[in-house]
Amino acid sequence: MTTQVKNNSLGRRAWRKLVSQKFTMVCFTVIGIYLFIAVLGALGVLPDHRIEVGESYTRPMLNVAGILGTDFFGYSVLYKILAGTKTAMAIGFLTTAIVIPLGVIIGAIAGYYGGWIDDLVVFLCTVVNSVPYILMVIAIAYLLGKGLESMCVAMGVVGWVPLSRLIRAEFMKHKEREYVLASRLLGANDFLLIFKHILPNVFHLAIITASLTVLSAIKSEVILTYLGVGITDGSSWGSMIQAAEKELVTGVWWPLMGVVMAMFLIIYALNVAGDALRDALDPKLVD
Amino acid sequence: MFAYIIRRVLYMIPTIFAVALLVFLLFHEVGEDPVRVALGPHASPEKIAALEAKWGLDQPLTVQFGGFLREIVTMDFGRSYVTDEKLSGLFKEGAWVSLSLTAPPFILGLLLNVALSLLIAFYRGSWFDKLSTALFIISMSISYLVYIIGFQYLFAFQLDWFPINGYSWGVASVPYLMLPILIMLFVRAGPEIRLYRTVFLDETSEDYVRTARAKGLSENKILFKHILKNAMIPILTNTVTAIPFLVLGAFLMERFFSLPGVGDLMITAINTGDFPVLKGLCMFIAIGYSVFMLLTDILYAYVDPRVKLG
Repeated sequence: MTTQVKNNSLGRRAWRKLVSQKFTMVCFTVIGIYLFIAVLGALGVLPDHRIEVGESYTRPMLNVAGILGTDFFGYSVLYKILAGTKTAMAIGFLTTAIVIPLGVIIGAIAGYYGGWIDDLVVFLCTVVNSVPYILMVIAIAYLLGKGLESMCVAMGVVGWVPLSRLIRAEFMKHKEREYVLASRLLGANDFLLIFKHILPNVFHLAIITASLTVLSAIKSEVILTYLGVGITDGSSWGSMIQAAEKELVTGVWWPLMGVVMAMFLIIYALNVAGDALRDALDPKLVD
Repeated sequence: MFAYIIRRVLYMIPTIFAVALLVFLLFHEVGEDPVRVALGPHASPEKIAALEAKWGLDQPLTVQFGGFLREIVTMDFGRSYVTDEKLSGLFKEGAWVSLSLTAPPFILGLLLNVALSLLIAFYRGSWFDKLSTALFIISMSISYLVYIIGFQYLFAFQLDWFPINGYSWGVASVPYLMLPILIMLFVRAGPEIRLYRTVFLDETSEDYVRTARAKGLSENKILFKHILKNAMIPILTNTVTAIPFLVLGAFLMERFFSLPGVGDLMITAINTGDFPVLKGLCMFIAIGYSVFMLLTDILYAYVDPRVKLG
């Protein structure tokens, strides 16, 4: 009699769980659409948001450019939102692309080797945490010159601390486990042990952190730009909010409404997706 | 215990030194050139040189850093580049405003949110739990900026319940602080209640809860006596380490409502290249953070007898 062994790895189980939740998939689709818009923006196919499409402050009307109305200059609010989408998604994902490798590698090395390396990493974490986040980010962004890339680097070099702490703690537990001992006896070197054997067991932490990092980077970008220390070319939700805030008291509500809805959708989708990922990937919660 | 505290205090010295070095190197380049901001674009080279000499900017970096370390030890960060006021005075005034803005929602929020999350944890799985979780995700998905703009527009501009912005000293500050405090309570509720709920629910799967159930204790007693005590550790960490950052205030609030707090001071200093203000603020927060981290660890030992400091 042959028994069929069902592939029941953590990743596969998580995937099945995610796919079975319809609402979560809707949220992943929303994230996908935003990413698609960002890619279109990066390729330069999005309509120019700095072209007059109508009178100044036209209310929302029934054509593509004017569906969310126009702003002071007669620019399309929709096109501005699309440009802001590109900036926000770029910052969200670039920052995450810096935070995750940094956090994983630093945490893994500290947790695996221990000793003075670990002491050094813990010391570094304390130092970075002691300086107010917003001041660090603004300072680094200034050093590298204002702009998208420098903002990502700034948020990245500050943002790795929580993830590296999580990964470090897990590595400290895992390095004493029997499977690690067994691989070591079989001659696996440190590199193999860290990246091939232990890392897959703790990588769910990186995935969960990634969804949170995208979220917080997008939120931070809007706030930093609003304060005038972020994106300066106008293609950001933060600068839209800055302008729309003053227009609100004169009865012009549509630019603010448009950008608020655009931000709400993506942040909500990321929140739900992050929760779903955590539920699906946390080994403690697997039923 | 005493030896532990001494060791931790000594450990603070290299940490503060490293923060000082980092802050010094970072903020040296930040923002506008303060000399240019102070003298305008048409200043003569002699004037620029004179001001640089006054602020010590013509000295080698190592000498400047030495001066900065001396400032940290004496906790006297000199005068602002922009207003030429003594920083100790500026910080004291600003900290008062910021704390009167952030402390009430911090304390009130902690009590309210722990109570609410206990209630939600008690009715876990019910429609009440599901509805509140869904509402909190929605409330967390709205940008902080939008809350401020919306609440200010609705309650101050349209309904005229609160002043739109401004500040007066003393008791007269209360009406100006009401709306920002309300907004902060509202904004903090979502993430905090969700966090505490998770903390409580994590505890319910622990062995001691099963033991308590097996002994026949009521759910009330388990939740409010056993789980609440054990959940205090993550709640404490989350709370105590946030205290030093209270001084920084909610800088967005201070910006929007024109409150002359430390956060507003910080943003203004960034825009004008007011280096001493930024340095001083960073060091105050860094030292505060170290002290409160130590306090958290001592509190751990107090709350949880299993924790041994050594």
